[in-house]
Amino acid sequence: MVKSKSAYSTPSKLGKLDTNIFVIWVDNETGVLARVVGLFSGRGYNIESLAVAEIDHKENLSRVTIVTTGTPQVIEQITLQLKKLVPVHKVANFKREDKKVIFKEMALLKIVANPAKIKKALNACKKYNPVILDQTNKSVVIQITALRRDIDNVTKNLKLLGLVSTSRTGAVAMTRGAEIFN
Amino acid sequence: MGNLYSGAEIVFKCLEDQKVEYIFGYPGGAVLPIYDELKNHPTVKHILVRHEQGAGHAAEGYARSTGKPGVVLVTSGPGATNVVTALTDAYMDSVPLVCISGQVPTHLIGTDAFQECDTTGITRPCTKHNWLVKDIKDLPRIMHEAFEVATTGRPGPVLVDIPKDIQFAKAKYSIPKKEKKLNRKISNRFSQKEIDQLIELMRKASKPVFYTGGGVINSGPKATELLRELVSLTGFPITSTLQGLGAYPGDDSQFLGMLGMHGTYEANNAMHDCDLLINIGARFDDRITGKIDEFSPKSKKIHIDIDPSSINKIVKVDLSIVGDVAEVISATAKTLKKKNLNLKKLNKQKISKWWQQIEKWKTKQSLNFINSDTIIKPQHAVQRLYELTKNQDTYITTEVGQHQMWAAQHYKFSKPNRWMTSGGLGTMGYGLPAAVGVQVAHPKKLVIDIAGEASVLMTMQEMSTAVQYDLPIKIFILNNQYMGMVRQWQELLHEKNYSESYSEALPDFVKLAEAYGCVGIRAKSPDELDEKIQEMINIDRPVIFDCHVDQDENCYPMIPSGKPHNQMLLGPKDQDENKITGKGKALV
Repeated sequence: MVKSKSAYSTPSKLGKLDTNIFVIWVDNETGVLARVVGLFSGRGYNIESLAVAEIDHKENLSRVTIVTTGTPQVIEQITLQLKKLVPVHKVANFKREDKKVIFKEMALLKIVANPAKIKKALNACKKYNPVILDQTNKSVVIQITALRRDIDNVTKNLKLLGLVSTSRTGAVAMTRGAEIFN
Repeated sequence: MGNLYSGAEIVFKCLEDQKVEYIFGYPGGAVLPIYDELKNHPTVKHILVRHEQGAGHAAEGYARSTGKPGVVLVTSGPGATNVVTALTDAYMDSVPLVCISGQVPTHLIGTDAFQECDTTGITRPCTKHNWLVKDIKDLPRIMHEAFEVATTGRPGPVLVDIPKDIQFAKAKYSIPKKEKKLNRKISNRFSQKEIDQLIELMRKASKPVFYTGGGVINSGPKATELLRELVSLTGFPITSTLQGLGAYPGDDSQFLGMLGMHGTYEANNAMHDCDLLINIGARFDDRITGKIDEFSPKSKKIHIDIDPSSINKIVKVDLSIVGDVAEVISATAKTLKKKNLNLKKLNKQKISKWWQQIEKWKTKQSLNFINSDTIIKPQHAVQRLYELTKNQDTYITTEVGQHQMWAAQHYKFSKPNRWMTSGGLGTMGYGLPAAVGVQVAHPKKLVIDIAGEASVLMTMQEMSTAVQYDLPIKIFILNNQYMGMVRQWQELLHEKNYSESYSEALPDFVKLAEAYGCVGIRAKSPDELDEKIQEMINIDRPVIFDCHVDQDENCYPMIPSGKPHNQMLLGPKDQDENKITGKGKALV
């Protein structure tokens, strides 16, 4: 083995990375998002997407949804670290494969192309609840809602059909059935 | 209708209601209204430091030696940025601090005004929580919440940033009712079932060891008493982290000494070979565990900690108990008594073999060093200091480096809150201002900063503070004219390329002491050491003691980087004896 010159130990083998979705209820106050995001960047966790908005004006509550990857140990750490933040009320986290939870992301897609291509583009979006928000004879703005990886795929395909601009919200989550997060 | 108070008055009313006796601070433009108010509040005494970092460390020393939160008052901009090191230090070592900083007036925030900085932004990652007060009406609530956050759960630093216009603005003041318990951050979540499991594991163990940390000290004096009771009830060996020293008497026969990178041979081997490891209030720091993959491979692991995020962070454990150390131990001891389980008797035979093994390890005498008649060995200096001060209640602070490890190894603590050292962050320059804070809290006690000449120069200016307030702190410098720990690593790992680690152009510490208006003492040879130490102890004024020690001494034993606990490198005596089989050397 090569002799280590470091005062620190060498890293051990990395475990398998899972994609997880965190849902975090926070007090809607100044700097709260910076606290959450700073925790991720400061401890070297990854953020794939982030969605946040106030959900209860009276209670002053916001809901943050973060998609991240990590080993099971890292995911547990993220949960526990988040729970320590003063403005955080509760934290839930789900595996992407979790069948009990609905994950959805919305995207706005602008396509600039001839009518034939636009038609093809609309066709490609068919499965993802397309809504046409704006249309001219040279362009269209389509709203779709789908899973993250479906949007990944669709946008890849639409590049050939004149997709010029994409705007995505990041995933949000909701449990199926009568159950609520706790 | 209640009276209207200015923001500055409200700050002091909160401090009074929180029974704050001392604040450590430094004035400046953005905190002038608060300083102006100081004169009207005689119960709150202000200690003027010479640099804001010193204020932070002094407050840490105060907090760690009293168990009460330390309070810091600094101005905006550079005042706030200077205190960041101390806040980070307190965050790493779980020290309760409340830092109040001035800020430019609200309407100037964001305009790059004079002495403006994004204080809450800068201190967000190094505090438990921080607040920017934008409305005077929030000030009483925030101030009290700040104390609550700093002192509950795992303690730590908080910061309240108060713009200058808020300090002038007026509002009513009342102590806020304790509303929603800070988003229900409960710290005692353990159940009797977990305690029963703990006892079951203890009952089954044949090679158990307690590994205790700063959490025991933070839990308060009762936790220390309970720990001693539990250790004696079980008959198990106990080792402690750097921060936990003093929770258990250092000279007790069940105590194996400190563990970790510079821990004793018996403590580290016990950690490696044990079949039950009971972590109480420690956090599996990387200086403790060595190589994680080979850390205590054969043991069941139990972790008792107040901070849920400490559990399974580094080391996966078999049983976790989230709670205050005192309450968990108390519940454990009670259950033991109720079940009428005499673990000591029950396990006696099983454990006696374990103790025999430990005694074998102890014969290595891993803290030994080759003493000298001509030159003061740093370990010898610490030993003499201990022998000459152990008969009185002595408080020890340290800087960071070799001297810190020697102090931890050779100074035996019998009480908690007597040992203040920067462990997590490893802040050189911590010890002198910390000693100032300790002496403020304990004016009649002997307070000694065991220092290195390089570290102590980082915050030397605080000698002025000591002189100003007649704080008779003793700065005991183990002067080897090197950044010793850096030199040691360079010797062992970088082919003796002593790059920039020599302390060039050192001041004459005796003259420096005199320049500050305190007393300087120098010791150069072993035969004058005792007499000079005694002289230092007898002087009721601040002293800088320049103890010239062996320049080439290394701190042993040590776990070389990336190695497990059972592959320690022992000191020169042992290396000489094992020249042929001296595997140790190759390991470095």
